[in-house]
Order: sequence, then C-alpha cells, then structure tokens
Amino acid sequence: MPEITLHQQVFAFVTALVIFAFIVELVRRRRLREEYSWLWLLTGAAMLVMVVWYRALLFVTAVIGAMSPVTTLMLFSLLFLLAIAIHYSIIVSRLTVQVKNLAQELALLAAERERGTAADHRAR
Amino acid sequence: MPRDPITIIVGVRTRRYPQSSGRRTGRADRPLILIPAFNEAANIEAVLARIHQATPAHPVLIVDDGSTDDTAARARTAGAGVIRLPFNLGYGVALQTGYKYALRHGHDCVVQLDADGQHEPGDIPALLAPIAAAEADVVVGSRFMVPGGYRSGAVRRLGMVVFGALAFWLTGRRFSDVTSGFQALGADVLRFFSDDRYPPDYPDADVLIMLNRAGFRIHELPVRMYARHGGRSQHAGLLRPAYYVFKMLLSVLLTPLRQEAFKRQGA
Repeated sequence: MPEITLHQQVFAFVTALVIFAFIVELVRRRRLREEYSWLWLLTGAAMLVMVVWYRALLFVTAVIGAMSPVTTLMLFSLLFLLAIAIHYSIIVSRLTVQVKNLAQELALLAAERERGTAADHRAR
Repeated sequence: MPRDPITIIVGVRTRRYPQSSGRRTGRADRPLILIPAFNEAANIEAVLARIHQATPAHPVLIVDDGSTDDTAARARTAGAGVIRLPFNLGYGVALQTGYKYALRHGHDCVVQLDADGQHEPGDIPALLAPIAAAEADVVVGSRFMVPGGYRSGAVRRLGMVVFGALAFWLTGRRFSDVTSGFQALGADVLRFFSDDRYPPDYPDADVLIMLNRAGFRIHELPVRMYARHGGRSQHAGLLRPAYYVFKMLLSVLLTPLRQEAFKRQGA
C-alpha cells in the first residue's frame, strides 16, 4: 500500500479545512442558503475525513477495487461534482416553474387591474 | 361505438386511474376563445376579424407571450381582451395562462386557436358542440380528417406519423392529428391543465396521452387548416425541430411512468 508523506498530508488537510471553513462562512453570512449548502458541506467533510484518517481512504480504495488512492480521490471528486451539477439542475428546474407561475400571476393581475381602471373611468 | 365520417368517437380507456362513472354535466354556456400569440402583429387583426365574423358573441382573449412587436396593441384595438406575459415563456405557458384566466373569470370552456390564421374560426361552434352535449372533455380539430385538406412538409409529416404511432401504442386509440393547436376544452380539463404538470413548451402528443390516461374523453373532429400567412412559426429552424423531437419523445415515454391522479369536480 502506498504511504502518504507528512508534507502531502499537511497540504491536503489545510486545503480541505479552508474549503470547509469557506462554505460554513458563506452559510453564516447567508450568502449561501442552508438548503443548498448541505451537499457542499458533505463534500468538505468527506475531504477532511479522508485526509485525517488516511486508512479510510485506503479501505475505500480496496473496496472499490482501485489500484491507488489517487484513483479513488479522482473518482469521488468527479462523482461529487456530478452530484452538485444535478443538484443545481433540480434547483433551476424548480425556480423555472416558480418564475413561470409568478409571470402568469403578474400578467393575470395586471389584466385585472387594467379592467378595474377602465371600469373606474367609465363610472366617472 | 359510433363511427361515422363526421365524428370518430373513441371511448375512454382508463388505465390505473379510476374515474367517476356518474353523469357529467357538459356545459359550454360561457366559452372563451383563447389565442396565444408571439410576434403575430402581421396576422392578429385578420384573425380577430374572422373570429368576430364567425362567433360574435364569444369573448376573445389574446395571451401575448412577450411579443416585441405591437401584437398586444393591435389586438386591443380590435376589441379583444389581452394578457401580456412579461417575457417570452413558450406556447404552453401562454395557453396555461389563458386556462387560468378562464377559470378565474367563470368560463366553463375554452376554444384555443393559433394567431397565425391557420385555423378556421367557422369551425369553432362544431368544436364546442360535443363539450356542450357532455360527450367529450376535449375536442381536437384534426386537419387530416378532411380528405386532401392539408399538406405539410415531409419531415413534419414523418414526425406526426411517429408520434401518432407512439400515442396509439400508449393509449390504444388512434389520433389523426397529435399536433393540432385547434382544440376545445371543458372546465375539468382546464383545471387539470392549470397545474404544474402542464408542459411549458410544446403541449402536443404527450398532453393527449396524459388526458387519455387521466380518463378524459377526447374527440377528434375534422377542421379546415391553412398554411400560415406571415410571421414565423414556432417550429422554424433546424435545432428547434430536433429539440422538439427529443423533448416530445422523452415526454411521451415518461407519461406512462407518472402517476397523475386527478379528481373531477363532483366525481
């Protein structure tokens, strides 16, 4: 089994920590809504765990039958990115429906108001 | 099952959705004529004049789907009611806006036709009749039931054949024209369509399959159709037809996988 050097581990740990802290900070400042942050937090947490507990990474590597931990990391980074992209598609789809309904409501209300003002003019 | 040259009535085939078996009261006392329009300033006045000639008593509503020309102003001057969507949202969204309007203003049915003048307003009473008589929930005006009535391009004809075959496979009944925008809809269908399940872009074969599965009675009647006069069709270009085919295939094939129960009022 390949070993990780302390140098590599420190760098990976700092990177993972910065990313995790950045996401938490975004949520704290309400720049990122809680409901959209969970996938990112999950990703950040997984990164931290893998760095700190290197045996876990080796174990996952063995489980999925990969040759080296690097493969495992690459594979899971891609999977996480894919998950995040799908997550966004879902959110965008939902927003599209909401925008559609809002636009319709706006148009209907505007037409009603127009009719109302026209009736007012006639009454005068 | 009645099957004469004028009306082909195919009964309900209910799968999975048990519907009301009780008597339904058909009503078409307050029809609304609904026209979705996107940049149809060139055609709209002529279309409105022909509608007024054919059915002067029925109110007409134009849903202007974010036109950049003066479609809305011309329609208003011609005496039609106009709803303006703030930006272009697609044919299906424009139609659905009209359905929502109809329900809120107490209309018990809608006749929809296109703003480009390809549909004959003289056929409106015929489309309304089965709804008024409570024989149908949806009446589709078919251009292909008229012998030699309508000619279209080879590609479009192929598409219609393919989607017609898919619709037959999924519903067990023949639709002669799955892309017709000339339809009459009863109040139950308006309610069914006012939900988010209604497709925003091209409501064609998928919607008919959805209606059939939900237990609505669909009739087809022969109508006259003309080639459009001016302006631009929503199916123009090269990429859009390709996207249409993809979207419709996906939508048609997913329809049977969706559980969409719908309760009729009084059911």
